[in-house]
Amino acid sequence: MTKPHEHDDRAPAARWHSLWLLTVGPTIWALHFLIAYCTAAVWCAKVVGRDGSLDGLRSIIGILTLVALAGIVLTGWFGYRQHSFGDDSSTHSEASSGDRHRFLGFSTLLLCGLSFVATAYVALSVVFIGTCQ
Amino acid sequence: MTRLLQLRAMWRSSRPAILLFPLLSGCNGPQSALQPAGIEAERVAALFWWMTGGGILIWLVVMGLFIYATHIRRHKEHSVRRTRWLILGGGIIFPTVVLAALLVYGLILMAQLRDFSGTTLKIAVSGEQWWWRVRYAREDGSMVELANEIRLPVGERVAFELSSPDVIHAFWIPSLGGKVDMIPGRTTQMILEPTKPGTYLGACAEYCGSAHALMKFDVVVMEKAAFAEWLERQAAPAKPPQDATAQQGLQAFLANGCGACHSVRGTEARGQVGPDLTHAGSRLSLGAGTLPTNAETFSRWIGHTDQLKPDVRMPAFGMLPADQLAAMARYLSELE
Ligand code: HEC
Ligand SMILES: [Cu+2]
Repeated sequence: MTKPHEHDDRAPAARWHSLWLLTVGPTIWALHFLIAYCTAAVWCAKVVGRDGSLDGLRSIIGILTLVALAGIVLTGWFGYRQHSFGDDSSTHSEASSGDRHRFLGFSTLLLCGLSFVATAYVALSVVFIGTCQ
Repeated sequence: MTRLLQLRAMWRSSRPAILLFPLLSGCNGPQSALQPAGIEAERVAALFWWMTGGGILIWLVVMGLFIYATHIRRHKEHSVRRTRWLILGGGIIFPTVVLAALLVYGLILMAQLRDFSGTTLKIAVSGEQWWWRVRYAREDGSMVELANEIRLPVGERVAFELSSPDVIHAFWIPSLGGKVDMIPGRTTQMILEPTKPGTYLGACAEYCGSAHALMKFDVVVMEKAAFAEWLERQAAPAKPPQDATAQQGLQAFLANGCGACHSVRGTEARGQVGPDLTHAGSRLSLGAGTLPTNAETFSRWIGHTDQLKPDVRMPAFGMLPADQLAAMARYLSELE
């Protein structure tokens, strides 16, 4: 028997059961990759040619990356707030809706961490590779 | 007695190598990325050793911690704060930093390997089921075509233009550098700069059909003067037949329609479907690394092509009289 958590008497809001926030970080990562890849492909095939330089593309991907990282940080912050729901000693591993809520928040935060690193790694390629070659 | 002494000296000079022999014998020879003979291959090998070293280090640390936690500190309590830092540091920060460093290393390496400036020689190679068409661009703008053999001057940066008329192949000389795909409808490029004269092996590194495993080529890295002389010889037309048998061989070659697919420069044979045979006798191998080159193997190749190479794109001419086969083989093997 698990002890019902003290916050369980509060009516759980509908959004507590939503998994959507969890997917936002990885989705931004995927979109960033896709847009960066396609932009670079078009840049090299149509704009500067196969011997061309990536200079102009770098700023485009730089801005794209900043937007993506900001989105991931924001989502991570929402996740962190959701994780901090309740008082200091709140758990997130019991079978109660409050714990599930916190657990999903924590998972969101972790996935945002992963997406942040991955997005930064993708952007590194245009920092170190200078030409379409 | 001297033999025994020799053996002892050999043992002394190469003891570690002999002890590791069963492990490493597969890594030696003319087709090994671990015995680099070119700048690109050295870079790739360095990356390999760094990765291997890093992998071993991580394995040792993880196993060390495992033994520490399960055997050495088994009965003592672990501080929650310290374990949390261990997880955060060892599980998140450490791998992120290490992977970032490896990624940066790899990206810088890639940029170096794809720097096409400062090349002095251009070679176009086309991967075709299941052989290699090789074209050298000469300084006067002319082209020299040969097949299944690439010779390179030592110490020069050579640009390769890779293409394919049929399916995807991949061009790989492990001793000299990494591999690059040959894609129909596109030209891909690579740079090789050999540093050690020698004979190496190249292979197709992308499955391309039934005879994929018999799609190899020889690579000879030569001193510059010898290379220039060799290219000069390859550019020259074929040597005329030297005696009556060879003369009969040339006749049979032309009469049996070989010239529809093959060129022998200086004769009427101007086919473009198969390998240029102008200097076929000078090559190190026959049928893209399938056989050595001598009169006997030429005759086997012409008579039993399909048995030597499955689905080969050349009909076997086993129905021809033996003397014609022998004469053609004689003629071709003398085309040096
Ligand atoms: C239909 C076209 C065709 C005809 C006709 C043809 N060949 Fe070939 N031949 C090829 C092709 C394609 C190859 C490459 C096969 C491979 O290695 O996969 C080849 C390879 C060879 C090779 C090996 C070349 C090398 O560099 O390794 C020799 C020698 C040869 N042919 C001789 C002949 C002779 C002699 C005849 C006539 C009796 C002949 N061929 C007729 C298409 C043809
Ligand atoms: Cu192949």
